[in-house]
Amino acid sequence: MKCRKCGDTAALELRRHNAAFCSPHFLEFFRKQVAEAVHRHHMFTREEKIMVAVSGGKDSLALWDVLIEDGYQTVGLYLDLGIFDYSKESKAKCEAFAASRGQTLHIERVAEAVGAPIPVVQQATRRPTCSACGLSKRYLMNRAALQHGYPVVATGHNLDDEAATLFGSVMHWQTDALPRQSPALASTHPKLVRRVKPLYRLSELETAAFAFLRGIDYIVEECPFAKGATSIAHKEVLNRLEEASPGSKHNFLFGFLEKARPAFERVENVTLLECTSCGQVTTGAICAFCKLADQVKRRTS
Amino acid sequence: MKIILRNPRKEIEVDGRRRVKEVLAQLEILPSTVLVIRGNELLTGDTMVGGDDVLEVRPVMSGGSGGPR
Repeated sequence: MKCRKCGDTAALELRRHNAAFCSPHFLEFFRKQVAEAVHRHHMFTREEKIMVAVSGGKDSLALWDVLIEDGYQTVGLYLDLGIFDYSKESKAKCEAFAASRGQTLHIERVAEAVGAPIPVVQQATRRPTCSACGLSKRYLMNRAALQHGYPVVATGHNLDDEAATLFGSVMHWQTDALPRQSPALASTHPKLVRRVKPLYRLSELETAAFAFLRGIDYIVEECPFAKGATSIAHKEVLNRLEEASPGSKHNFLFGFLEKARPAFERVENVTLLECTSCGQVTTGAICAFCKLADQVKRRTS
Repeated sequence: MKIILRNPRKEIEVDGRRRVKEVLAQLEILPSTVLVIRGNELLTGDTMVGGDDVLEVRPVMSGGSGGPR
């Protein structure tokens, strides 16, 4: 298979684009897709400092690499979930990446904020592990960015992540979740920083290939709690569709963003308040994170 | 040829020369869900492999809580 641009041996075939690229031209393609996402959704400027949430996985480290290489001002944020050796290894990957590029890495320990590491939170609350983990991450990312004065958090969510989330929301007609699904969420409250997903135009295969070709040492092992997660099941369904009809995931997500999302956005009308316990933004009196932390405290003491 | 699978890690031997896409089909793996790595290069589905080749078949799927990825 030959590179579409130069005719050299291809490193990766992109069936949804009916194309193949050699290593240098794939890296160029990847960076252009990120630049297009940043530009189209006005994600951030070169004057702003961007907090990149990193997990040690391929997506977030690939994102950080692209932004650094493109000259953006960045810092990393690693959330230590306390998930056995998985967290130790993923933290080490993030620290090594940051050190090799002379970047600052902030580290937040979930156990300090919630009162226990994620495995104990799961046992104490009996709620799905990924649910407690996702809630904690969203809360701590926003809090850390506010504390350090960064106006925007960038995450490594890719096209597959976004298509799977949309698929889950549509399967259950979660109309409150649909308007919030966007590559860029604006700050709608002084205590909410912007959240952006510059990799939303790129598939999981593409982010993995980019990380490999750039020599990024990322954690290949999956989180031990991800096995059996609903989002994985949704991805598997979409992968089979994609195999039969390349471009299906892209069409599903981009069609939603262009044609359907505005309709759901119009009906969303939420009043934002400040949590009476921690001061972070919520729609009720006490935020979901404080409720979780309280539940953990009561059941582990 | 030796094939290294990940998550969980496993090594298998496959005889004969064939294309990467045929190896993946034999292993019942969708091509879009893995990188196929030989040394420091990525291989596309039409690449012929065999003999002394050592291939790593590295899954690309991540998932779970929807955090930083």
